[in-house]
Order: sequence, then C-alpha cells, then structure tokens
Amino acid sequence: MHPDELNALQRAAADDPGIAGFPGPDGLRVLGRRNRKPEGLRKNTGAEAYTDDLALPGMLHAKLLRSPHPHAQIVSIDTQHATRIVGVHAVITGEDLPTKYGIIPWTRDEQALAVDKVRYVGDAVACVAAVDEDTANAALEAIEVEYEVLPFYLEPEQALTAEAAAVPIHGPKREGRNGNVTKHVELEFGPVDDLMAAADVVVEGDYYFHGTTHAPIEPHCAIGHVDADGLLTVWSSTQVPHYLQRELARVLGLDVARVRVVQPAVGGAFGGKSEPFDLEFCVALLALRTGRPVKLLYTREELFYSHRGRHPMRMWYRVGASRDGKLKAVDARSLLDGGAYASFGLVTTYYSGQLLTAPYELESYRFDSTRVYTNKPPCGPKRGHGSVQPRFAFEISLDKLAAELGLDPIELRRRNFMGTGRTVNEFRVQSNGFLECLEAVERASGWKEKHRKLPYGRGVGVAGSCYISGTNYPIYPNDMPQAAVQVQVERSGRVSVLHGASEIGQGSDATMAAIAAEELGVPLGYVRVLSADTDIVPVDLGAYSSRETLMVGNACVSACRQVAERVRGSVGSALGIPPERVRLAGGWAFDAEEPTRDDRRLPIAAAFQIAEAEHGTLGAIGHYNTPKEGVHGEYRGGTIGASPAYSFTAHVAEVEVDPETGFVDVKTIWVAHDCGKALNPMLVEAQMEGSAYMGFAEAIFEHQVMKRGNPEGGLHDAPSLLDYRIPTSRDCPEFVSLIVESADPEGPYGAKEAGEGPLHPSLPAIANAIWDAVGVRMDALPFTPDRVWRALRDHSARSA
Amino acid sequence: MLRLHPYEYHRPRTVNEAIALLAEHAGDAMPIAGGTDLVPNMKHRLFTPGHLVSLRGIEEMRGIGEDEAGFTIGAATSLDHVATDEAIRNALPSLARACSLVSGPQLRRMGTLGGNVCLDTRCTYYNQTLFWRKALGYCLKKDGTACHVVKGGTRCVAAHSADAATALLPLDAELRIAGPEGERTTPIGGFFTSDGVWNRRMSPGELLVSIHVPRQRAGTRHSFQKLRARDSIDFPMLNLAVRVDFEADGVVAGVQMAASAMGSYPRKLGKLDEGVAGAPLTESVVEALAREAFRQCHPLTNIPVDAEWRRAMVPVLVRRAMVEIRA
Repeated sequence: MHPDELNALQRAAADDPGIAGFPGPDGLRVLGRRNRKPEGLRKNTGAEAYTDDLALPGMLHAKLLRSPHPHAQIVSIDTQHATRIVGVHAVITGEDLPTKYGIIPWTRDEQALAVDKVRYVGDAVACVAAVDEDTANAALEAIEVEYEVLPFYLEPEQALTAEAAAVPIHGPKREGRNGNVTKHVELEFGPVDDLMAAADVVVEGDYYFHGTTHAPIEPHCAIGHVDADGLLTVWSSTQVPHYLQRELARVLGLDVARVRVVQPAVGGAFGGKSEPFDLEFCVALLALRTGRPVKLLYTREELFYSHRGRHPMRMWYRVGASRDGKLKAVDARSLLDGGAYASFGLVTTYYSGQLLTAPYELESYRFDSTRVYTNKPPCGPKRGHGSVQPRFAFEISLDKLAAELGLDPIELRRRNFMGTGRTVNEFRVQSNGFLECLEAVERASGWKEKHRKLPYGRGVGVAGSCYISGTNYPIYPNDMPQAAVQVQVERSGRVSVLHGASEIGQGSDATMAAIAAEELGVPLGYVRVLSADTDIVPVDLGAYSSRETLMVGNACVSACRQVAERVRGSVGSALGIPPERVRLAGGWAFDAEEPTRDDRRLPIAAAFQIAEAEHGTLGAIGHYNTPKEGVHGEYRGGTIGASPAYSFTAHVAEVEVDPETGFVDVKTIWVAHDCGKALNPMLVEAQMEGSAYMGFAEAIFEHQVMKRGNPEGGLHDAPSLLDYRIPTSRDCPEFVSLIVESADPEGPYGAKEAGEGPLHPSLPAIANAIWDAVGVRMDALPFTPDRVWRALRDHSARSA
Repeated sequence: MLRLHPYEYHRPRTVNEAIALLAEHAGDAMPIAGGTDLVPNMKHRLFTPGHLVSLRGIEEMRGIGEDEAGFTIGAATSLDHVATDEAIRNALPSLARACSLVSGPQLRRMGTLGGNVCLDTRCTYYNQTLFWRKALGYCLKKDGTACHVVKGGTRCVAAHSADAATALLPLDAELRIAGPEGERTTPIGGFFTSDGVWNRRMSPGELLVSIHVPRQRAGTRHSFQKLRARDSIDFPMLNLAVRVDFEADGVVAGVQMAASAMGSYPRKLGKLDEGVAGAPLTESVVEALAREAFRQCHPLTNIPVDAEWRRAMVPVLVRRAMVEIRA
C-alpha cells in the first residue's frame, strides 16, 4: 500500500466524528450517531438525478388518454387519426396489453389500458409515444373513443345494493355473489359476546375516515429502453423494483431474466409507488414497438387518479371493560371504500382488523371487515397501511371509556398494557416499550397539569399504537429469503454495499452504509452503496410495510460479519493473537485487549490486504428470512399482519380550538416511539416527525373526495396541490420526538421500524384533544373548520 | 407536467407600446405582469393567447408615489412591495395587510397589485385542467353553456377572489386605465360587474396603469379580514374589508364594508349607517352590524367549502374587524 493512501484513510477516520469518538455504552461507534445521509449533499444541492432528470438519445415522450366517465363500456376506440400525426411513433390500447396484473396474485384485476370498460374518471384507455409531449398530447385529442355510460357507485353502501350487483364494477368471482365486494374477512378471538354482556361498561361509536392520498413531491415517472440485444430496461420511480420486474415480464410475455428494473432517486413515495402502474407497462411496450427509449411523466392531476391512498372507512366499534378499566371485549365492523381496483385491498381488509391487537391486552376481539369496489381512483397502501383508520376509532373509544370510568386516559392505557408475549390474535411480541412511550409523552407534555385543566378552547389528548417491522411473508408465496446484501471490500479500504432496498428518502442507503462502516471498521466515507437495480444487486422485496431496516439490515450485518471474520482471522495470525481479540473499528484492526500498542494494530486497509492475500478477494452475500415458527396463529389469515417485530408509539397532542370559527390549531405533538434501537437518531426523528406531520395533515387538512351530482359526479374535487391542501410550514405544530429503545431480539442491533408506526396516534390524539378543549367528540374526519363548527353548533343545540 | 401553448412574448418599454401591441393583436393578445394567475390558467387552457404583452419592463407602471392627495401605486408593483412599504403600512394598513395575505412569499414577489385588481374570477368548475373540464362538459364561463354552481343558471357566478381589490373598495381607490382612446380614471366602486365571465368594466385592449388611493381622513379606521384554509398560499373562502369613520368626539360617522369570495364581484354592503351614525361603536352596535352583514351575504358553492359555514363566518369577521378598529 502506498503510504499516502494509508494516511488518507486514517485521516478520514480521525475526522469522522462518529468513528473517531469512543464507542458508546453499547460498544457501537457509527450506529447510534447522527450521521449524514450519503445522498444528502446531492439532494440538497440539486445534483441528484430523479427519473425525470434522465434523458436518453432519441427518447420519445408518452402520454395517457384517460376516461372522462366514472363507469362506462368501451364500444370502440379509433386511433387512425392519431397515428397519422407527424411525430407520433406508436399508439397502443388495451388490446395490446390484455394480461391482467395486480400486486396481490389472488386479485389481479387491472389492465395497463382498459380493455372493455372503464371504472373511474382517469382510468387509462390509450397511450401515445411521440417526439415530444405536445405532439403526444395532440395525438390524444385525435383518438376517438365511443363509450356506453353505465350507472356508477361513489359510496360502498351504493355498490352493495342489488341494483348495483346487477351492473357490477367487476364481474363476481362466483355466480350469485355481488362482484362489487373485493374481500370480506371475519375473525373472532375469545368469547366476545359473553364478555361484552358481562362488561361493566360498554362504549359504542360510529367512526369515519374520509380518504387521503400520498401527495409525494415527485410525480410517477418511467422510462422504457430496449438495447441492441433486446434486453428491456425500465427506470421507474417505484418502491418495489422486484415486484415490478416480475409483473413487467408476465404482462409483456418476456423472460424475467431479460427485464431489468432500475430505481433512480425517488422524491417521496409513502406507499403510493408500491405496485406496478399503467405507465410502466406502457413505456416498456412502446419502447419494444418503436425501438426508441420512451419516457412518461405523470402530471400532478394524474397522481390523484393513480392514487392508491388511504381507504375511506366507516367503522362501528363496541368496547367493553370492567369497572377498573380492563378491556374485556372489542367488537369491530368496518366497511372499506376500495375504489375501482383491488390493489393491496385483500391485505388492507385483514390489516383493518389484525393490527389492532397491541399494545393493549384484549381478552376477546372480533372484527368483520368488507372491502367494496366503487367508481373512484383505487385505494391502496398509504403509510400505516390499513391500520390508521381502525386505530382512530379504537383510541377514541378508549378515551370515551376513560371518561366514563373517571380514569385518566393514560392510566387506562397503562392498566391494559400487554407487555411481551402473545396478542389475542396470536402474534408474537418480543419487545414492547409502550409504557416508556406513555411515560415519555406524559412527562414531556406536562399532561398532569393540562388534561381536563386547561381553559375552554385548549386541550390535550393522548393515543397509542403498534405497527409491524415488515410482513412475515412475501406477497407471492415462496420460501426464499426476503432480503439479501452483497458486500465487497477493495484493497484501498473502500467497501461496496449492493442491496435491493428502495431508498425513498427514509434512509435505507444510509442505514446499510452505517452498518458496513460499523462492522468493518472503515470511515463512513469509505462505503459506497448501490441499490435497487435488479440486474446488479441481490433481491429485496421493496420499501413497504416498514421492512427495510430490519430485513435488509439483518442481511447486511450477516454479509459484513462473514467478511470481518476472515479479516480478524488473518490479522490475528499476523499479530499473533486469537481472532476473537481482533477488533475492526475506527480505521484500524487492533487488539481489543491492548488497543494502544502500535505493534498490536494495523491500518484497516492493510488488514484487508492481508486477508485478501490469505482468502482471495473479500466479499460476501448475506441474507435474511423471517422466522416462521411460533410467530403467529395457524388459523386462516393468521399470517397476515404477522411481523418479526412490532414497534410502539404514544402521542400527546395539544390543540387550541377557535369555537367561533371551528379552526383547530394543533400547537404541539409529543411523539414517543419505540424503534428498538435508533441506528441513526436523526433519521429516526425525521421519520417520527414526518409521520406525525402526515397524520396531522390528514386530520386537519387533506381530503381525497369526488364530486357528487350530475354531470360532475365522479370527478375529483380538487386534483391539484392548490386545492388538495397539504399543510405548509406555517400550519405545522411543533413536533417533539422522544426516542424509546426496547431492543428486539429479531432486529439488527435490536432495531425495529420507525417510518409508519409514529403516524397512527396523530389523528385520535388530536380528536381526543379537541374533546378536552371544547367537549365535542369528533368521530368523523377530517377536522376542517366547517365540520368542527357544525359539531360545536349541534353540541350546544343538544345541551340547550 | 402540464404544457403551455405556443405564444409570442412581447417586451414593450412604455404603456403606449403595450397598448399598441394589444391593439395590433386584438382578440389574440393578453397583458402579463407577474403571471402568477395567468400562467396556471394558460396551462389549464382557460386562456390561449397567441401574444403575451409583458408589463415587467414598463417603468411607469412600477413603484409607489406619495403626495398630499394620497398614494399612487403602479399597477405592476409587486404585492410584496406594497405589503412591506413603510409608508403604506402606516397610512393604509388594511391594504398592506391584504397584500401580505395573498398566496405565499414567492408568488407575492411576482404577483402585482394591478394583477390582483384584474384577477380572473374563480370557480371549482372552472379552475381545472382541460381534461377535467372536458369530462364535465365544460361550463358557462368557458367553452360550455351550463352553470354547475347554480343549476339552470344563465349567468356565471364564479367568485371574485382578489384580496387587495377588496381592501381597495372602502379606501375609495381610483383606477387609471389606458387604452387606444387615451386614459380614463374610474372609481374602483364602479369597476366590477356581476358577470363572472368578465367582471371588469375594462376592455381587453385596455391596461390598468396605476391605482390611486386618496389620503384617508383623520378618524377613519380600516380593517381587512381574510378567511382561508391554510396560513399561506390559499385563495380566500371569504374576505371582508371594513371602514369606520369616526367624528372627533369618537362617535361613528359612517360604516362601509365590502365582502368578496361569494359572487362575481366584491359586494359593497348597504344600509350599514342606519342606527349607527352618531352612536359610539359599542358591542351592541357591532352586533347589529354583524347581523346586517350576515343578512346581506350569500356565499355560493363556487368554492368547494360548506357555504352555510362561510356565511356564518361573516359576522365573525365583522366582530374581528371591529376589535381591530377599536383597538
């Protein structure tokens, strides 16, 4: 090794505050610190390349023709005039891509372009590739589609009627059923009716979640390209490259091995990019047809149509408890408004019940959930998939229960804490920091001085929740690992981490880099990360259900430790000490028992070179698969909602309600989250704040809703960021993030998820705070001023 | 991304050059100042002029002048400039306030006072993309024949949504308008009409050059109130500009109010002086005014927000304005 190279690495190690410092009490030097994201500077300086920033020579631009009707039969499509326009290279319709797809293999009900009918305003019907966007738009105008309009259903209750079943949105799977029902799930654990009857107090309520969308800043974008050998590459702003690769091959009739999916930097996803979309199939087919690269970028309006946001949900809850506040029985019934296609709906229907069973001990529990098709943009997974709505209903129920029993709502929650062990639906919980979360928000918010004690108009509310760190089973059944990571060590000391996780802003690249730096003893700046390119990196299933840190993290630890073991062995021989005494840290390989002795340490690059000389090129692949034994029940559906580890959250929200106008000003949200172990507290806090922000936004501002009436019925009310109101910085409360660590045995270094769980309590905590402030129960979202004003008016009419 | 249509962009240096360009391309030209409203409207294909006449390079249309008679504000002066000008903030606080409440900081630096006065009316069935409007079957204001706000209605009721224009009403502002026939001055009170399609008494070939705001007499107090969903960005759900003239002994000499974001023009409320003139501005006087304002205001569903709630906010805004005025 050239002495200059050696100095550079050692200097970098000395300059790196993470690595140069003494290890923390947990023995970690890189993890647990506020390290910068590897892509941070690129993003902040505008240098990052998102999909739309990519341009290939000869690239064409594609546009989608969309349905103006909420429900209609396609009688004919005439593309002749469009194809004759100068600059138009290809026009495709549903017949060109007839294979049905869908993220859940049992409910494939989508086609890239509608074949026989359209099911919502915005359903894609045809796609044009042209030399530029203006020519493509002109070609769309020239396509003639004849429709036969059908009756349409904007409410699930409407879609469930016999008349609607006669003209269903999708044909029934079995004769005699209403095709408008996507999925019905009914599960009961313990004697609910008996315990409810015996309960000292029963709280009943009707709750409503209104529907919201993800609104990422980056619209969906995809580029299709076919090279000289006929290999197809699709660059896409997806969060599931692996599933996309499989579905592209299936729909296009290609060998999976000849399809490559690359995910460039993604500007926000939140679940809205976690399944294949029309544009990805279209650019692929158009590239195959034209022999030219083809790009399609959604307009902002199209995001509101592709949607896959949170399901509107009507929920009926009965909660029974004993006099001392112990929960005896929970009886839940939910109606999910699915929109026009299944998407993840089968899972959503299960999640609407399965994910409610922690952190509280439920003696008995029953849920009955039905997902129904409607003629609206399809709903799917949004941050906190399927469980934000029931959590809203349940945590308000708990607040009412506390009020009825004269108990402090935090005390009520404490009394029902389940600890670790089995939930009523048999999920295995191995770590649970919920009590610490409750205590943290209670103390930080000054709860005891505030609850029921603030002047009229001001109030505090509490809520808790639980979420999964990845799903125990992949979306398509298989026994292979869920995640894998390949680590390569170069002679300079530079380490490459190749992994399949989708970096969507949450920090998976940063996390993998930090794990590699920690395990191999190099400075963070010596780790390169390459992710989400299906030709090059090992498989990962994608950024959904908060699985990346736990699953890809574990795979990364495994790969690094295989390399480290070889290095320690070689260094041990060289220094004449047993390998287990060799530590790799801070840019050095050294004797853990005599770390200061110069003759008992080697620069890490030199250590790698000794190991490479002995073992050959240094590299390893690690993988992770979920535990299958004893982590869930054996009943039908018992695997859905099962996770290797569960995270827990508690919020206290403080609000000020203007009783004259109905405006709710959320002042502060204290968020305590048990993430197991914060591998980077800055990123964990960012996830906690971002989650609480998103929940707050859904509670107070956002509403994905269609117009009613004729002729506007089925048109999106406000498909723009002017009228779909995501809060600005001026509208935000203070967020106080309080990290709780409970170290789960299944997580890397004990880590669990932090990206979705902290969203849940925002909505019910705000609702409970409004009650504390003005004595009104807001059981239906959103809490826009007109609705709060009406609730206050009705309340005073009742009391008068 | 939504695309703009092709157009030619002209950069005149004087008002006369601009008027000549508008005349030369009559029927196919529009003036553009900040473009904060026009550009999105063009992307929605609400306007597709072949010629845009930029007002940004016309010196005589920018800046704030002050003399004994009052203030003269160039129509192409940015809203941010008006909102932050010390003299305006002191002498015409309600105007500065209204300008500061338009949209967000970036758009206030581009958007102009003249553009705000001439702001196109807005409606949930109109401010949408071409795809959306086509799916609807268009509307009375643009490309269609039916009104979807007032079913069966034959007159467009798109909402006048300009904050600063509403604040200018009780300030007795005058508008200097230039056209091919020369210049004219018109009081802002007579400038707006109830036709939502084109609610200005000004032809497309004319230009609003400047806004004159007379010096307010001693004893006159103003307040501007805006109801909006977020604390930035949003157009008004309701606007109220209030003026109270006091006698030297503190009793009320007269009350004026203008409300907007309801129908197609900022509505000057009537009969507010009755039983008020000559009395001090007590709680009960304020309540009487709030009741009278409520009686006269009827928000429509041209904005997709509960119209009954918006109407109920009228007296609330009156009370809040009066708190400011009495302070």
